[in-house]
Amino acid sequence: MQNTFIYDGSFNGLLTAIFEIYELKIKNVRIVAKHYYEASFFEEYHEVITNEEKANRVWKAVIKYGKPIDAHLIYRCFLSEINGIEQNLFNYIKILISKKQSIAKDYGQADVFHLAEVNKKIGREKHRMDAFVRFRKTKDNIYFASISPDFNVLPLLEKHFQKRYADQLWCIYDICRNYGLYYDLNSVKIVHFDLPENILNTSDEIFQKEEIQYQKLWKNYFESTNIKARANQKLHEQHVPRRYWKYLSEKNLLNW
Amino acid sequence: MDYDRIKEKLNILADAAKYDVSCSSSGSNRKNKNGLGNSSGTGICHSYTPDGRCISLLKILLTNHCIYDCAYCVTRKSNDIKRAAFKVQEVVDLTINFYRRNFIEGLFLSSGIFKSPDHTMERLIRVAKKLREEESFNGYIHLKSIPGASDELMYEAGLYADRLSVNIEIPTREGLKLLAPDKDRKDFLKPMKKVRNEIDKYKSEKKIIKSTPTYAPAGQSTQMIVGATQETDAEVMYTATYLYKKYNMKRVYYSGYIPISYDSRLPAIGTEVPMMRENRLYQTDWLLRFYGFSIEELLNKEHPNLESDIDPKLSWALRNLHLFPIDINKADKQLLARVPGLGMKSVYKILSGRRYRKLGWEHLKKMGVALNRSKYFITCSSRYFETKDYTPQQIKQRILSEGHSKYQKTLSNQLNLFG
Ligand code: SF4
Repeated sequence: MQNTFIYDGSFNGLLTAIFEIYELKIKNVRIVAKHYYEASFFEEYHEVITNEEKANRVWKAVIKYGKPIDAHLIYRCFLSEINGIEQNLFNYIKILISKKQSIAKDYGQADVFHLAEVNKKIGREKHRMDAFVRFRKTKDNIYFASISPDFNVLPLLEKHFQKRYADQLWCIYDICRNYGLYYDLNSVKIVHFDLPENILNTSDEIFQKEEIQYQKLWKNYFESTNIKARANQKLHEQHVPRRYWKYLSEKNLLNW
Repeated sequence: MDYDRIKEKLNILADAAKYDVSCSSSGSNRKNKNGLGNSSGTGICHSYTPDGRCISLLKILLTNHCIYDCAYCVTRKSNDIKRAAFKVQEVVDLTINFYRRNFIEGLFLSSGIFKSPDHTMERLIRVAKKLREEESFNGYIHLKSIPGASDELMYEAGLYADRLSVNIEIPTREGLKLLAPDKDRKDFLKPMKKVRNEIDKYKSEKKIIKSTPTYAPAGQSTQMIVGATQETDAEVMYTATYLYKKYNMKRVYYSGYIPISYDSRLPAIGTEVPMMRENRLYQTDWLLRFYGFSIEELLNKEHPNLESDIDPKLSWALRNLHLFPIDINKADKQLLARVPGLGMKSVYKILSGRRYRKLGWEHLKKMGVALNRSKYFITCSSRYFETKDYTPQQIKQRILSEGHSKYQKTLSNQLNLFG
């Protein structure tokens, strides 16, 4: 019979699950995040209670046996939230611990290859966010951007934005996962808000009066810099898939 | 701020600047020291124009008033168009406000020549200086070197700019004479030379004195218009090679001429932009810079033009079939890089993959190495080869019939040339 471990969806939760599987020496396991779990008759299930200490012990083993690139790979792939990725991550950690050396480049292993592919997607999504985040200045002088990335890449954005926008207040908010990063000129914190529904409109209740002017100027620039004789819509959409358009003010100010 | 007025200027001056294809914001390494922005590594494309080009910089002219009359340029004196000029502070404000909203990586400022080259250059420098000193801006700044500007000004420009460029525009001397009679090649080359010397000097001083002020850390670039005159591909690429070697160019850009004038010296309005040719020139450029090819191998007296239906590496390989097939389990990096259809990424995959095991077709496929072109030129750990006794013509036919070239799927003018 299959043993299913249900964890709370957090990274430490997953590591705790892996710790317990090791500890109990259980074979034939499946690890599922709570929000994906559907009960089935043919399995034994355990609910994992996230425990930082247990999680840390697994993570320390990863760091001890692998190189930084193994740890990065594991964490980044975890952020993909792909249903079933836990299995690959568990296998990866198992192989890593048994081989006692970095396996990040051993693409001959199916799990490694799969995670490397997922990691590429994560990388692409992160870069898209670096590029497509569009700040709008609120009345209280915060440069605010809302995003809804395909994967949970917000934690990966912190470093870049903190370095670049060190002298301005900013907040990047993931409206799907309902949390954001807020930089208060000293450090970056995780925040939760109830955002107004019209947040995607640049209304002057929330945003500075001049804000809409800059959106318009940018859109104008976008149009003026285009060379019609070279039109290539297909290539354009390959670079900027349609689902990202709603966040790009240059594509977004239709009625003015 | 009068936004409507700014909007009008922006429309005119962005429109006039768009023919400069350089959009790169890479190659610099300015860190943020408690101010705004940084520029390091590869730069980010914040959007893409509907023609598929990267938008990473606010690319504008300071003014499109110009005392010259270069036939290939929309800004030329005799052209009947709306003219406008930004004030220095207006450009500074636009740049900062766009940058803070994460629209751009920085500014690319060029200009028509008003009054004199020095006068114009001085004004461009003022914008850059203000951004650096008053706004503590560490984002990317690309300034155009105005042909004919003095050495002193070119020195100053490099203190604030990440990149400097002066566009050679017309690849041949004769072409330039025909289309821009009041310009002289010397005027382009002089600022290039000054910048190169300063960069060299900076690099050697930096080794001894740590505090040497940065000078144009992203180097210089230039652009050539192709298809405005009757130049051959060889003429374009030999000029490019000369500029790379002699002036240490970071990049040479090739811009297919976009017809903008009824002037009989130029291709008529409505003539197609030679995008395919542009693409082949970029491929050649990459072969020269990253794949270890020399210009004589790709273009010479017998072959003064690139083939348009196949890429230049394939074209070279078909002329040199006696060098193939090569064994991918043994060949060194340089040789692998010469195999048609293998990009550098694939080369590295092969090099690291073969450390674990001898590679056969299946391994190559699994590693994501494209075989549709390369299979005619390689052997691997397998008894099946495509390298029967095909003639160059047969290989070409097979490759062409097997599928569209990358170009036909999506034409990208700078990226993913060999994938
Ligand atoms: S000097 Fe420059 S801006 Fe003026 S016409 Fe010639 S190319 Fe155009």
